[in-house]
Amino acid sequence: MALYLLRRLMQSGFVLVAMSLLVFLGVYAVGDPVEILISPDADQEERERAVRALGLDLPLWQQYAVFVGRALQGDLGRSFVFNEPAIQLILQRMPATLELAFGSMFISILIGLPLGLYAGLKPEGRLSKTIMAGSILGFSLPSFWVGLMLIMLFAVQLGWLPSTGRGETALLFGTRWSFLTADGLAHILLPAINLSLFKISLVIRLTRAGVRETMLMDYVKFARAKGLTPFRITFVHVFKNIMIPVVTVLGLELGGTIAFSVVTESVFAWPGMGKLIIDSINVLDRPVIVAYLMMIVLMFIIINLVVDIVYTLLDPRVRLEGKA
Amino acid sequence: MSATTAPRVETPFQRFVSEFFASKLAVLGLVVFTIIVLVALLAPLIAPQDPYDLAVLDIMDGRLEPGSVGGSGITHWLGTDDQGRDMLSGIMYGLRISLVVGVGSAVIAAAVGATLGLLAAYVGGKTDTLIMRLVDLQLSFPAILAALMILAFLGKGIFNVVFAIVVVEWAYYARTVRGNALVERQREYIEAARCLALPPRRILFGHLLPNCLPPLIVVGTMQIARAIALEATLSFLGLGVPITEPSLGLLISNGYEYMLSGKYWISFYPGIALLITIVSINLVGDQLRDVLNPRLKK
Repeated sequence: MALYLLRRLMQSGFVLVAMSLLVFLGVYAVGDPVEILISPDADQEERERAVRALGLDLPLWQQYAVFVGRALQGDLGRSFVFNEPAIQLILQRMPATLELAFGSMFISILIGLPLGLYAGLKPEGRLSKTIMAGSILGFSLPSFWVGLMLIMLFAVQLGWLPSTGRGETALLFGTRWSFLTADGLAHILLPAINLSLFKISLVIRLTRAGVRETMLMDYVKFARAKGLTPFRITFVHVFKNIMIPVVTVLGLELGGTIAFSVVTESVFAWPGMGKLIIDSINVLDRPVIVAYLMMIVLMFIIINLVVDIVYTLLDPRVRLEGKA
Repeated sequence: MSATTAPRVETPFQRFVSEFFASKLAVLGLVVFTIIVLVALLAPLIAPQDPYDLAVLDIMDGRLEPGSVGGSGITHWLGTDDQGRDMLSGIMYGLRISLVVGVGSAVIAAAVGATLGLLAAYVGGKTDTLIMRLVDLQLSFPAILAALMILAFLGKGIFNVVFAIVVVEWAYYARTVRGNALVERQREYIEAARCLALPPRRILFGHLLPNCLPPLIVVGTMQIARAIALEATLSFLGLGVPITEPSLGLLISNGYEYMLSGKYWISFYPGIALLITIVSINLVGDQLRDVLNPRLKK
């Protein structure tokens, strides 16, 4: 077990090094680093000073060492546009993205679970077939366009909900959150629904499959034989058991949701990390791009590592494979 | 029944065709997709207007509602955009770019992925481990993120978008082909080919690959739809195709700012075209998966 963990950790470390090398090469080798890292407004003298200060006259491997050394201290450069440390800029935007991601998780359970439950209990019903057909749409519809249509319908035509921004925020734990105010909640609703479309379909399918499988189990038959009400069987016995895979898969989706919020945030002008990276790419604010990519790569490596470790704890087969 | 009628023998291909056409939805998908491809191919002949000939554009026709008649006497069935461009023509031309990027990147990704998948299965050992580790790594990052990363460094452009999509998608093909090739490798015909001392290249591409085609075709069909959607998303974000070659995604993006003032058609209709394209491909792909799946065969 310890050996497996050690090997898995080494793998993660290797991936992190490989990705940092890729990002480094992307910035330093593909484009001209002077143009990328030094503000275009600088004059010749300033430029040379900056080249020396940034160590751009050193051989490439030394530059990489410097880049890694500074990255380890949490220094990934300063944004040209905001003139703030890139890391700090991203951390400031992170709560907005997290809020959106968790909001969409919540909505996908709120909508997906009852629909999946119904489709699982009455698989042949007309409504169930409609639900399943709808869930295919959730997988294949281009989400940014659905977002635009949501804005068109609910913000422009009906005028029920605001179309862009975070609205009023309230302070909690030193950060500002939208979900604590009524105005903020109205602002988060549309983007969260948009971001949850894919996950709603996912939850519907998982729940339906889980319900159909669980209904055939002996303990459900026994519960029925005991004369329990169908309500109790569904919501106590079946429900508990299908929640495990649903929660697991949703947890795995968290990383993807944060990554995909790039699209939703752009559609709804939601001031999170995703909007920041798109804006930074458009104005070539490379330190922010590098910092965002490194942060998100690190996040994915940690998520994958945690998932693998949890699986190892739950499934002895993974452990034994590591030993052989 | 006269004695002269010989019993009809169905070839595998005929059986495949008749099984495919058993689903009305799949046939609908195929018909719609064929129409879309024809419209894209024939766009210069059938479009009411050449949307990129600046001489025929009249800025006074800008943002006309669907169905209104412009200054040049053309009826704009789907309205016009801010430049006075006929949306219907814009969509027909945009389809060309979307299809070229989608199909092109799917085909290249299939070639790269299938080659690596075959190599992994046939050579095995360290090569297999290395390729499959790369596949795992690729699949553990969301497609949108990997594509974003590549385009952030390379910048816009059709080739860069195709490259990004290939990098994102090759792993699906590699995994599918490897799984299938591992089974096929054990078969007698591969052993026979080896005994004949055929060069590995011929065994891989002449014998192994044709027998791995069915799952490759299924994955390929689905990946075309995914590639078209991904390209549209990237173009919407301003990272995809350049403004001179507007795909459907870029058309939708252009209409974004006008939508808030109620001019819905600039974004709405290109989106519908995108939607119909993706859904029709998926309908075909779904049926192909059912027909070509050996597990469902008796």
